[in-house]
Amino acid sequence: MSAVIDVRDLRTHIVTRWGTIKAVDGVSFALGEGETLGLVGESGSGKSMTCLSVVRLVPRPAARVVGGEVLLDGEDLMRKSDAEMQQIRGRKVAMILQDPMSSLNPVFSVGMQLREPLTMYHGLRGSAAAARAVELLAAVRIPSPAARLRAFPHQLSGGMRQRVVGAMAIAGPPRLLIADEPTTSLDLTIQAQYLGLLKELQQRHRFAMIFVTHNLGIVARTCDRVAVMYAGRIVETGPVRRLFTEPAHPYTRALLESIPRFGVRRARLTAIAGQPPDLATLGTGCAFAPRCPAAFDRCVEAPPETDVAPGHAARCWLHGA
Amino acid sequence: MSSAGHPRSDPASRLPLQSSALPDRAARPEPGQRSRHWPVVSISIIVVFVLVALLAPLLSPADPYEQSLRLRFRPPVWDERGSWANPLGTDRLGRDMLSRILWGSRVSLAAGVVTVLIASAFGAAIGLVAGYYGGRVDATLMRVTDATLAFPVILLALILAVTVGPSFTNVVIAIAVILWARYARVIRGQVLTLMQLDFIAQARIAGAGAWRVITRHLLPNTLNTLVVLVTLQIGYVIIVEASLSFLGAGIPPPTPAWGSMIAEGRDVITIAWWVSFFPGLVILLVVLAFNLLGDWLRDTLDPRLRQL
Amino acid sequence: MLRFVFFRLLQSLIALAILSVVVFVLARATGDPLHMILPMNASEEDYANARRYLGLDRPYVTQYLSFVGRAVTGDFGNSIRARRPVSELLRERLPNSLKLAAFAMSVSLAIAFPLGVMAAVKKGTRIDRAAQLVAVLGQSLPTFWVAIVLVEFVAGRLQWLPAGGAEGFASYVLPGFTLGWFVVAGMMRLLRSGMLEVLDSEYVKLARLKGVAERKVVWVHALKNALIPVVTFAGIYFAILVTTAIVVETVFAWPGLGRLAYDGITSRDFPVIQAVVLSTAVIVAAVNLCVDCLYAVIDPRIRYSR
Repeated sequence: MSAVIDVRDLRTHIVTRWGTIKAVDGVSFALGEGETLGLVGESGSGKSMTCLSVVRLVPRPAARVVGGEVLLDGEDLMRKSDAEMQQIRGRKVAMILQDPMSSLNPVFSVGMQLREPLTMYHGLRGSAAAARAVELLAAVRIPSPAARLRAFPHQLSGGMRQRVVGAMAIAGPPRLLIADEPTTSLDLTIQAQYLGLLKELQQRHRFAMIFVTHNLGIVARTCDRVAVMYAGRIVETGPVRRLFTEPAHPYTRALLESIPRFGVRRARLTAIAGQPPDLATLGTGCAFAPRCPAAFDRCVEAPPETDVAPGHAARCWLHGA
Repeated sequence: MSSAGHPRSDPASRLPLQSSALPDRAARPEPGQRSRHWPVVSISIIVVFVLVALLAPLLSPADPYEQSLRLRFRPPVWDERGSWANPLGTDRLGRDMLSRILWGSRVSLAAGVVTVLIASAFGAAIGLVAGYYGGRVDATLMRVTDATLAFPVILLALILAVTVGPSFTNVVIAIAVILWARYARVIRGQVLTLMQLDFIAQARIAGAGAWRVITRHLLPNTLNTLVVLVTLQIGYVIIVEASLSFLGAGIPPPTPAWGSMIAEGRDVITIAWWVSFFPGLVILLVVLAFNLLGDWLRDTLDPRLRQL
Repeated sequence: MLRFVFFRLLQSLIALAILSVVVFVLARATGDPLHMILPMNASEEDYANARRYLGLDRPYVTQYLSFVGRAVTGDFGNSIRARRPVSELLRERLPNSLKLAAFAMSVSLAIAFPLGVMAAVKKGTRIDRAAQLVAVLGQSLPTFWVAIVLVEFVAGRLQWLPAGGAEGFASYVLPGFTLGWFVVAGMMRLLRSGMLEVLDSEYVKLARLKGVAERKVVWVHALKNALIPVVTFAGIYFAILVTTAIVVETVFAWPGLGRLAYDGITSRDFPVIQAVVLSTAVIVAAVNLCVDCLYAVIDPRIRYSR
């Protein structure tokens, strides 16, 4: 099966007063139809920046994608012109953002914001666009969809708004859906519903999905593969089951250990020692080394990605050549 | 409207997005990030202004009231008919322009400072009370404030000036009576935001009364805003005072006031341009300095006030 | 929505009522007009007669009530100085002021809008810096000084444009420009800061992610939101415009309300003063009301929150 999205050695740098930050430092992954990749990591690890880099919407002029290829159905997005990229965004690659309270434009109605992509992608207008908009709202299970078209965002709850955003995202329908922590701001009870909805949409439209989160529980439930990011690099990637049962990288292990478990009594919760690294002052070695319980002298050199098992790779000298 | 409430150290969330093409244009740091260096020029101008106002009697080369028909309309020193005795020329009555300008700063400074102090004190008080009590009190006070805000300053000032006669006090009163509304509005907005914060609730639970909450908790947190507003308003008041003097409703002659000096030079602008020009130039410089300083203060202290 | 308009209207009327009292008191306080119109050697009896003729001998409350009663019907009495009905004077002058104000406002908005938006979009570039310079200068220059300089150089020396009067389009340019200068500065700044904040928002980010063309993102998605603070301040700016108009009309000899006010005040012409202040207040209140309604139209959160 050929990959829907194939990212190879993506690099994005941000120039700041304090130096150049390698926000995305050689990220590679591939996804096929209907597959979901969980992108996991702490704040500042580069998850969001990776997603933005894929669609080439990085904050200019400070940030710039400096290298790599992003193949969408075989075509390299990095070689496209601005105009071509604009056609691709939304239609072929859609994105859902984290905060539903601020994702929708407060001064335009839901209907207008939903009709816009329909006009842009499919040339629908008037009643045809409205009808399709109602279908989309129904697909994301919003009650009374026809009436909702006239509503304004402030009249909807957070969960409903996120569904509207979801409806806009599948207007294409896209080949790739990037969901950047879509449930983090939702109530716990609604989270499960929303995840279920995303999965259902994915099965129907067969798009690949990148699911960015810091919540390993969600990863376990919704993702097929996982990529763990640290300091702009993917330090471990593999099938979700393997990562949970046999994590290869010390960071992944530490993340898993820090989740409190039912039934296991402990006096203190395990935390990962130290602070996330200052991306402007990274050295040349393994970025996790300062906090790694298993660090040794080889770690002053940055480890390459090495296969631990078929489809499961990690950047760590513990497994390296 | 930006992603508030989610502390993120992730750079992706803080910078505005624009599409990036790959052509090899070098990335550079986000421009326009507020420079930390002090607005030296503005502060120097203001310092000079204050010093001149305070020391005018010592600094003026001549008596600003002394008339000399012989020296009427002498051009500035760089003209062939000018002389160093009157570096900026003389006016209709032969009075030295430089001295009059130096003395005129006293009027402007005094008017600016006094008016703004009164207006801000009163306005802030109203704003604090309105924001704290909310409800009917707030609604009533805000109606009054809005009505005042919409009233043209000069109209009132003219009426007062003609009522009781033009004088410094009347100018101050006329402007202050309308100016306070601006403070009230802004401070009240701030207080409304502050009231949502937990520390106010805690203070009230702990038994603090209205006075205490207002003075100990609310007021200190609005000081930043006040400082910015005050600075920005001083310039505005100076212009209004000058406008009033220009119309004849401000400081009465023969006291040197920049506005009336401009008015005096109006008729003779063809033959003696300097009489109107220099006072105007000075007003421009001083007001510009206050505005620039106010902008800098606002960006440093409280960027949310960008709307001012 | 109708409820909203109704309540705002009510508030405006109350404010106007209060203002009428203030105006009444103040106008009376400008001193005895009789000193100005009666000859120096007028006797006590002459004063008493004049007073009775002008109705100035009645108790204040009565005077106020009759003032209000007639004002509502448009009768402001006769100008003491000009011996003509004030409403006539108003009818002559008011349109001129309105025309000038409208001209100034339109020109200002036409300049401020594109400049403000472009300054935000191209933040940090030369356009932005130039725009900010224009803004800060606009708020620091004393209007009347600029007016005089313009009259002297553009009208006087260069003879490009007329210096005064209200004949023809060319005569609008100088006073209109002088009048609108301050507004341009303020509006431009507001727009710029509003746009900067909005361009930073999540929904703009999402619009771009949806593939909306950048031009539409800026001028439709972002601008409508950035207009909100501008509209909020528009009412205040209009009041400032009215204020500045008095000075401008005086310098440029524009036959409008501002000059009428000035002449009326200096000659202690009660009826004129009252009428001018009241009509100004009515206009300002009307503009503010429109602005509030406009605000509700732009921002649905206001419309549907009561």
